Amino acid sequence: MAEPLIKVRKLKIAFGDKVVLNEIDFDIYEGETLAVIGPSGTGKSTVMKVLTGLLPPTSGSVLIGGHETNGYTEDEWDRLRIHMGVVFQYSALFDFLSVGENVAFGLRRHTNMQEDAIRSKVSELLELVGLPGTENMLPSELSGGMKKRVGLARALAMQPKIVFYDEPTSGLDPVMTMTISRLIRKTQQQLGVTSLLVTHDMESVFYTADRIAMLHEGKIVATGTVEEIKNSSNPVVQAFINGQELKKEEKQWAAVK
Amino acid sequence: MLKDICASLGKRILFYCDYTGRMTLLFLATVRKLKEADVKETLRQMALLGADSLPIVLMTILCTGMVFSVQTAKEFVRFGAASSVGGIVAIAMARELVPVLTGVVVAGRIGAAIAAEIGTMKVTEQIDALKVMAANPVSYLVVPRFIAIVLMMPVLIIFANMIGNIGGWLVAHYYAGISTFTYENSIRTLAETYDMVGGMIKGSFFGAIIAIVGCHKGLNAPNGAEGVGLATTESVVLSIILIFITNYFLSVILYV
Repeated sequence: MAEPLIKVRKLKIAFGDKVVLNEIDFDIYEGETLAVIGPSGTGKSTVMKVLTGLLPPTSGSVLIGGHETNGYTEDEWDRLRIHMGVVFQYSALFDFLSVGENVAFGLRRHTNMQEDAIRSKVSELLELVGLPGTENMLPSELSGGMKKRVGLARALAMQPKIVFYDEPTSGLDPVMTMTISRLIRKTQQQLGVTSLLVTHDMESVFYTADRIAMLHEGKIVATGTVEEIKNSSNPVVQAFINGQELKKEEKQWAAVK
Repeated sequence: MLKDICASLGKRILFYCDYTGRMTLLFLATVRKLKEADVKETLRQMALLGADSLPIVLMTILCTGMVFSVQTAKEFVRFGAASSVGGIVAIAMARELVPVLTGVVVAGRIGAAIAAEIGTMKVTEQIDALKVMAANPVSYLVVPRFIAIVLMMPVLIIFANMIGNIGGWLVAHYYAGISTFTYENSIRTLAETYDMVGGMIKGSFFGAIIAIVGCHKGLNAPNGAEGVGLATTESVVLSIILIFITNYFLSVILYV
């Protein structure tokens, strides 16, 4: 198999005595969508923060495109981040800029594109996420689902090689959840981007992901394709994907594993 | 007991050293990124932070000039020193009152606004969004505000000096009966341009303090609405304290 685009080894994140991620290993291959699932508070978003350079690891190594990122300066991260797109949990749109300016932010800052070309690119992206003609609206005028879609358009504007999605469907109605999931799938298929999806929305995961890694109490307890995870014998995985609480002995079993 | 006191004192000292260090690092990072300033954004901030502060600064200084004149004019006339009132008011205004009060007013209005704005961006992940879009928050957010306040403070101070002296003259003339010629002549004889230039230099320093403290508090705001509120309050308090302390040293350097 080819060398993974992102290779994480023995990654540990601790805040004081509290260990959030305990020496986890995982790979993301070029062009695939890996979903990191797990209950709230297991450090899923932390994984994303480490991979985008927002949080330095306590120990362990993160290789992106074959380069060790541990110890990277902000400028070195910036060179890497130009090829990344991030969809934030709460959209994180710049509220002092209009929708169009939000989507055009990276293009204006990092490319020499002409204003006309930027405008047509922005309207093309807004069309892709189903929000044509919203360029002049302010983020405060949008609903949660619309903000998420603008966030996605902004993340895709620079044609990133890697896209990170942090809970892209949380707090959305079922129709919007499906719309966003379709968009993620479409993005991956049409543009061939590598994606990391952090979520606990299983329906969305089964629809969008190629492979799944399950985080539980700071450890990765299972990895596999969607089918493998669905049929996993691990009670922690089964309990999570079926929305059941773990029994005491199963918790012990999971801890031993 | 003694050990505990020493330990907590030590902790406090370490905390403040760490804090001062962080603030200094932000200042140095800002200076390093000065050349990356976005001209359009800087001009926008100059209008927002500088020009829009003019009414409240003028109001404050007008009242101060008037009250200063109320307290001095009649007494001076009684001692036969009516010809000094204009100069005394002008010098006191130019050297101390205008820069310090403008600093305090701007710290309250702008320092708070900066900390609240950047603090809100921090807690809504907009700062993270800037970083992952390879836009350095220092060059994008701090630098334009820093330049805007450092440049606009002296401008505000020029206007404030004008209005402050008008306030002083109004009271001296109509309340203490000092003639306009005497008042104006007194200013010409006693006050120098350097008095105001020194005040403008002070203003730039205070502007730098307000910008760096406001931005630093905002960028490090703890999560939640409460965190933003806390950052805002702390930013104003700390700016004002630092303005008073710096003012003493600047007065010694500039005027002694």
